[in-house]
Amino acid sequence: MSESSLLKIEDLTFSFRTYGGVVKAVRGVSFEVNAGETVGIVGESGCGKSVTAQCILKLNPEPPGFFEKGSIQYHGEEIITKSDKEMRKIRGMEIGFIFQDPMTSLNPTMRIGKQIEEVFASHPEISKKERKERAIEILKMVGINDVERRYMQYPHELSGGMKQRVMIARALVGNPSIVIADEPTTSLDVTIEAQILDLLKKLQKELGTAIIFITHDLGVIAKLCDRVVVMYGGKIVESGMVRDIFYQTGHPYTNGLLNSVPRLDLSRDVKLVPIQGTPPDLFSPPVGCPFAARCEYAMKVCREEMPPEFELSEGHYCACWLRHPNAPEIQLTRF
Amino acid sequence: MAKYILKRLAVSIVTLFVLITVVFVLVRVMPGDPFTGEKITPEIKANLEAYYGFDKPLPVQYFTYVGNLLKGEFGYSMKFMNRSVGDIIALSFPYSFDLGMRALTLSISLGLIFGILAARNRGKKLDLFCVVVAILGTSIPDFIMGALLQYVFGIEWGLLPVAQYLGFQYTILPSIALGFYTLAMVSRMMRASMLEVISQDYIKTAKSDGISNLRIVWRHQIRNAIMPVVTMLGPVVAATLTGTFVIESIFAIPGMGKYYVESVQNLDYSLVLGMTVFFGSVMIFANFLVDILYGIIDPRIRLGGK
Amino acid sequence: MTAKRCKCGEIPEIEASRFEHIGKDQGEMEQITRPNLSYWQDAWRRIKKNKVAFCSLLLILLYALLAIFAPMFSQYGFAEVDSSHMNEFFSAQHWLGTDSLGRDLWVRTWRGARVSLSIGFIAAVLNACIGAVIGGVSGYYGGKLDMVIMRIIDVLYGIPSLIVTILVMVVLGSGIPSLIVALIIVGWIGTARFVRGEVLRLKEQDFVSAAKVLGVSNLKIIIKHIIPNIMGLIITNLTMAVPNAIFREAFLSYIGLGIAPPECSWGILAKEGVKMLRIEAYQLFVPAFFICTTMLALNLLGDGLRDALDPKLRGTE
Repeated sequence: MSESSLLKIEDLTFSFRTYGGVVKAVRGVSFEVNAGETVGIVGESGCGKSVTAQCILKLNPEPPGFFEKGSIQYHGEEIITKSDKEMRKIRGMEIGFIFQDPMTSLNPTMRIGKQIEEVFASHPEISKKERKERAIEILKMVGINDVERRYMQYPHELSGGMKQRVMIARALVGNPSIVIADEPTTSLDVTIEAQILDLLKKLQKELGTAIIFITHDLGVIAKLCDRVVVMYGGKIVESGMVRDIFYQTGHPYTNGLLNSVPRLDLSRDVKLVPIQGTPPDLFSPPVGCPFAARCEYAMKVCREEMPPEFELSEGHYCACWLRHPNAPEIQLTRF
Repeated sequence: MAKYILKRLAVSIVTLFVLITVVFVLVRVMPGDPFTGEKITPEIKANLEAYYGFDKPLPVQYFTYVGNLLKGEFGYSMKFMNRSVGDIIALSFPYSFDLGMRALTLSISLGLIFGILAARNRGKKLDLFCVVVAILGTSIPDFIMGALLQYVFGIEWGLLPVAQYLGFQYTILPSIALGFYTLAMVSRMMRASMLEVISQDYIKTAKSDGISNLRIVWRHQIRNAIMPVVTMLGPVVAATLTGTFVIESIFAIPGMGKYYVESVQNLDYSLVLGMTVFFGSVMIFANFLVDILYGIIDPRIRLGGK
Repeated sequence: MTAKRCKCGEIPEIEASRFEHIGKDQGEMEQITRPNLSYWQDAWRRIKKNKVAFCSLLLILLYALLAIFAPMFSQYGFAEVDSSHMNEFFSAQHWLGTDSLGRDLWVRTWRGARVSLSIGFIAAVLNACIGAVIGGVSGYYGGKLDMVIMRIIDVLYGIPSLIVTILVMVVLGSGIPSLIVALIIVGWIGTARFVRGEVLRLKEQDFVSAAKVLGVSNLKIIIKHIIPNIMGLIITNLTMAVPNAIFREAFLSYIGLGIAPPECSWGILAKEGVKMLRIEAYQLFVPAFFICTTMLALNLLGDGLRDALDPKLRGTE
């Protein structure tokens, strides 16, 4: 749609074949990412956010996984039909990826420097010297001190936060236009988490990279993102600018997520409200709204029919029947 | 790394001494003795015992023995009079070493290749083939394997010699018979280890970096998968070495294994003792080398000190 | 707050009645869609599904039954020499032929199976028990005790086990009890090492810490939390240890240290078969076939059990 749209995902449906049947992990997801912006994907475990992210680089194992329909366009080029060889040119150099657990995401038998330079492995036009310069430079940028020594070290000699900085360096060294960060701070201490988030923010300003930030933590979203995509049961339930999502919340699930975040501005008497129940089983997803079973506002239609994405305001969409013009006016309870 | 090597060395030396002591005691409490025979009178027997020092108390014998060992003397055989244990070892060990090396080279190289191919082609025909070879290999005892090879290639088809050790064609059947079991062991371990590594996060990281498959397999998968296999090389070497016992007697190869089995059957104390100590040292040394090798390839040990 | 447009297409027409409020669905909310199986039920289900492992189990049971009953229901004794029927090939009288002394090979095979299988199973079970107790105690209590045990294991592990077995056999003399003793003296080390490792790992897991914080006694933690989690591994290991013990028995008998004639085992039969290889090869093929199929079945069963009993693989195929 817009000219600056870098990545455009439309009606993406990705499933896994398992012994129990086909698991529909992602069901018709559409969103776009513009150059230099930060898009958050938020949702609880198993909602399909990681699978969506990995689809962008075709990192999901195929088989058992397979694309059912939809398209992913990067700079107007279709990703889904690209061969592995073509994907290699995009991975690392065009789109970087930061994984959740830095402890297990680095090869234990390879030096830090070598691992960062690996991004250039399929690019013989970049000289050895230049590779090292780039690696050293990016290591400095991600705030690693004593770079020359670190360059020669192995992952086990680094702390968790340090390893995640290395992972970030690795994702950025190819100077990609998008970095996908899949819960990059979940396995870190809170103080380290804050440092890493600040670092990402700083790097984005300096490099102008777009970031797709996947998390289950709305606090992180508020801190980092321009736009948010809320996923539930393999579908997008709400998407829009951060302020719209936080202050003009359209979907009861988003509302539930917000209610379960601790806040300092409220008195101690106000208790956190959990969303009761568990996400739907994606072996046999419900016909209607996936959240209907856990939704206190659920209506008859919610069980029977999938809600379309209603536009609440410019760029703010919400897939909930409550937003239908004929639906009863209901104020979502906020605490 | 130096600390690690020293520690492994200390363990090896202690092991060697425990081995010498245990074997010394075991050999001395063995029932029967080599001097029982029709022509041997009590006087001759007493003389012989004095000659070999058996009339002295056990601790004295022990310290004399250890002292001699440190000087490199293994004593004299009781069955093959006038031949020193050292001579017999020097004569027979090269055969065993040659055979063992051939079998090890064969089994480790092919085993690794099979394991890697199987894991890379999981669930396909090639995997099935490798798994079947591995299962067969661990299911056929080496003496049966040896006998079957002799039967098929030697007796039925007459292609290869089935006894003696005189040239390359003589080495083929015993090497296969000896190496098949360890080949199966290595390929099973490598397959399991590769499958474990393939599912690791850092493989996905490497993939997300746009690295080619070949490079991922070589630099990331094999490099990491081979480490647990190296730790298991000690038992692999042990299995090959002990395998020589039976393979040598089946193929009539004049190696250490053949002498060892004979000396046990003849109750030739000093030969059993000497060969056990030698054999044990070889194995302890091999284990030591494997530990060092492991230290070299695993940076966590090489640099961690622990 | 209502919408005026949809992202794609028109806003659908929905009857007002369908906007009736119904709220949460208590039943569906916490619904567990897959059946709830206990660990052993799940393991059994998976073993049954694994045709190879299941057939292997049946084959082993068949061999065990034949080992018990076949010698009883045969007209020949296993050591009965018959000089008029030497080296005879398979026939109606002698199903698997006779050996160089005219002894019936069918009876000798199953008599041998009795000896070999019982040695294999007894030695493997005892090894597993001793190893599990020593490794478990060492890993669970840790500290000085663990250090001492580990040093001992380190040293013992470095000694070639076959040598010790051979020497112990020479000291004790041949026979089934001494074979079992000789196999146990070095056999427990492997089990002890891996059980210790597993216990060390489990000890650090949160569910054990949780039990400790709740004041559960050590004994109860071991019985309720540690043992169920390593049982699968021990059983798998045990299955793999049986062929090893049979292997060793056959080897020792082969070099003349295991079972002394006239008693027979598969190792003895193989040894006698090898002697006749040039003349009557079937005398080797018969014991070789049974040794190899037993090993094969046990190995395949072990593989199947490893997959079936791995708690991490639960619920998958």
